[in-house]
Amino acid sequence: MRKTIDFLLNDWLDVAALAARERYSEHSRETFASVLDACQRIAAEKFAPFNRLVDVEEPRLENGVVVLPQCAYDAARAYVDSGMLAATQDYDVGGMQLPYVVELAANAFFAKAGIGLGGGGMLTVGNANLLLAHGTPRQKAVFAQQEIDGKWFGTMCLSEPQAGSSLSDILTRATPDGDDSAQDELGPRYRLTGNKMWISNGEHDLSENIVHLVLAKIPAVDGKLVPGVRGISLFIVPKLLVNPAGELTGERNDVALAGLNHKMGFRGIPNTLLNFGEGKFPVRGRPGAIGYLVGLPGDGLKCMFHMMNEARIGVGLGAVGIGYAGYEASLDYARNRKQGRPSTPAGKDPASPPVSIIEHADVKRMLLAQKAYVEGGLALELYCGRLVDEARTGSAESVPAIKALLEILTPIAKSWPSEWCLEANSLAIQVHGGYGYTRDFPVEQYWRDNRLNMIHEGTHGIQGLDLLGRKVLMDDGRALDLLAQRIGQTVQQARGHAELQAESAAVAQGLQTLLDATRAAWSTRQPDEALANATPYLQAFGHVVVAWLWLDVARVAVAAAAGKDDAFLRGKLQAARYFFDFELPKIDAWLAVVAARNPTCREMQDAWFES
Amino acid sequence: MRRIMVGVKRVVDYNVRIRVKPDNTGVITEGVKMSINPFDEIALEQALRIKEQGLADEVLAVSIGPADTQQQLRTALAMGADRAILVQTDAAMAPLSIAKIFQKIAEAEQPFLTLLGKQAIDEDNGQTAQMLAALLDRPQATSCSKVDIADGKATVTREVDSGLETLEVDLPAVLSVDLRLNEPRYVKLPDIMKAKKKPLDIKSVADYGVTEGAAFKTVKVDPPPSRQKGIIVKDVAELVGVLKQKGLV
Repeated sequence: MRKTIDFLLNDWLDVAALAARERYSEHSRETFASVLDACQRIAAEKFAPFNRLVDVEEPRLENGVVVLPQCAYDAARAYVDSGMLAATQDYDVGGMQLPYVVELAANAFFAKAGIGLGGGGMLTVGNANLLLAHGTPRQKAVFAQQEIDGKWFGTMCLSEPQAGSSLSDILTRATPDGDDSAQDELGPRYRLTGNKMWISNGEHDLSENIVHLVLAKIPAVDGKLVPGVRGISLFIVPKLLVNPAGELTGERNDVALAGLNHKMGFRGIPNTLLNFGEGKFPVRGRPGAIGYLVGLPGDGLKCMFHMMNEARIGVGLGAVGIGYAGYEASLDYARNRKQGRPSTPAGKDPASPPVSIIEHADVKRMLLAQKAYVEGGLALELYCGRLVDEARTGSAESVPAIKALLEILTPIAKSWPSEWCLEANSLAIQVHGGYGYTRDFPVEQYWRDNRLNMIHEGTHGIQGLDLLGRKVLMDDGRALDLLAQRIGQTVQQARGHAELQAESAAVAQGLQTLLDATRAAWSTRQPDEALANATPYLQAFGHVVVAWLWLDVARVAVAAAAGKDDAFLRGKLQAARYFFDFELPKIDAWLAVVAARNPTCREMQDAWFES
Repeated sequence: MRRIMVGVKRVVDYNVRIRVKPDNTGVITEGVKMSINPFDEIALEQALRIKEQGLADEVLAVSIGPADTQQQLRTALAMGADRAILVQTDAAMAPLSIAKIFQKIAEAEQPFLTLLGKQAIDEDNGQTAQMLAALLDRPQATSCSKVDIADGKATVTREVDSGLETLEVDLPAVLSVDLRLNEPRYVKLPDIMKAKKKPLDIKSVADYGVTEGAAFKTVKVDPPPSRQKGIIVKDVAELVGVLKQKGLV
């Protein structure tokens, strides 16, 4: 994976050019390489050897305390000590002003080595970034800074048992905490009551304190909750209360662990149901969890979604990392497992020695598919990461277009690796045969771990609705236009290479089919008709985007090879070919139902499911 | 200035599967991940710990090798070394030549302690520390798995065939270190930026009055013979017979 990361960052995305930006001026290719070296090593030594252990010894409750294996503490400590939590922050708060794309690449090593280890570092970073964007100076100094320093870890509390994808239906309430509530130095002080579900890292002692970011509704004067998302506000709810200097006061906040969820994968991270304000730990004489408002009342979702783009890129990257782990494991297995003989005349002799299974075309197919998925996914995430850096440091006139591109690519960055790197994990099991289905080999765990990614941070279905229902329509389709322009530029460039004629034409055709289907889906202006097939649309859109990126990567690989027979670069070209020959044609089936506004799913009746 | 000098060699990373060049003149290093020799990393870690105990003021990392060796010295600086010297050369250097250069550096820098890895994992010579001590006419202790500094002496533990040997060595001294001595720290990201600002002097072999080139000539480099297919013997007697037949016992 390292060689591919280096190739994508240096040869394809030219990250060294970022050093021309003032923010990154002290950086160079060497500093980026040093970061990758450090993270690769920590991941190999503190994460990878324990990935199975945290799966087998999943978090359990003993006397109300979450018990984790020692390696969870060691990995979390190593991650904190590395400085990764602060990597992209300013020098003066302990960061190294690392470009986001390099941070993302460095995190790929941890995702690949042990997605459930490290204390959910990316979650804490996302939490801190949200506070840095929307918090008061005091909230930044007290909460965000201690998260950046790795003293306190963060959570995101959105879902409730009855409200997951539909956040407008949350019931957690926040009421002002007494007459002086508006004067609290940590922010307007409220009391929260409610239940939050699926809270990763909701309870543990990996860090001194836990900073919960909680969505809740402030009731109107009549005591009723405002329906819809506009009534949602955002609060900081620390597990242990703190004073304005950021020191623990010794008081426990009224946040209680109601139970652990027993997950299929990602078991190193305790996933919790939390009760806020039920009186288990009364604060200052009465029940109610103390929370401090972030931003304005009613702006909760807006604040939360400010960070959602990067959170979703992070999910996609995690899916890529796990996909890569399965690819490398099955590649190693295929090279060493002897079975069968070639289907050539030479293989007819039953006394001839068996060959490594990597010699069989069908095994190569499964390995090529994995390679096309995981390297395509990696290219997708790093491309988006590079856009994040452009949005943060680009010229004022370029930023709006970059942000629009990020908006439209985010559902793809989240969903595409979640689906196809999971498929890669399934193929990794298949390459292992029966052994892959046992717990003696790591690939079954990879599949279980990766299965989460189509579900959390906005399900696959939600991503499809976001893409077809919102992103392709916004500003009269401006984001889609911008994307189409970029794809068109790549096609133009790739046409210059004799090896890439067919691929260039295929991308151009795929884009046209996608644009036509988009128009057809909305031609009746009926959301229920258009959106009934949003998921096939999401799949097709993702495949067109990844085909485009593979074309661009192949273009760079062809140029870098300069006629020489370099195995690494040939591999890039062959994986691209696989994607064009075996994967891209699928879009016609997906887009046919979209363009026809196929009513089969929409018109299906509940009663007809009778079995 | 209480200074510790540490030798840092650039070698093929220990995770890399070594491949021999097709013309048998050496091993392939092009496009291969290079790292600090793991034993040298342990020596550096020990130097940093001694400094952190307040028993030294400065840790100096020295290396001899091609220009790219700066990467490994920058890593050493990021780990915590205060400054570094690279004696730049593309020539293959024999342990004696290396020891002679280190001797000159030590004479100029006057370290109270010189720490080297007990061997480099590329060529496994294991000679430089001993030669350096002899050239400097200083006490030496090799393959140390425990090092304590106090009262102008180093008390070291060595793992020997009969168990553990404890030696007291007068300082200044040259020590070579073994794997069990410590677990080297990881580089912290902000320190990568700090390392850029630390001094790294580039010298040439001629600066130290040593001539380039090895005292030996590499005739040929071959990969180790690939493992032969095993045979199953039916009892101990047959096993002993086979071993005798192969001249192994």
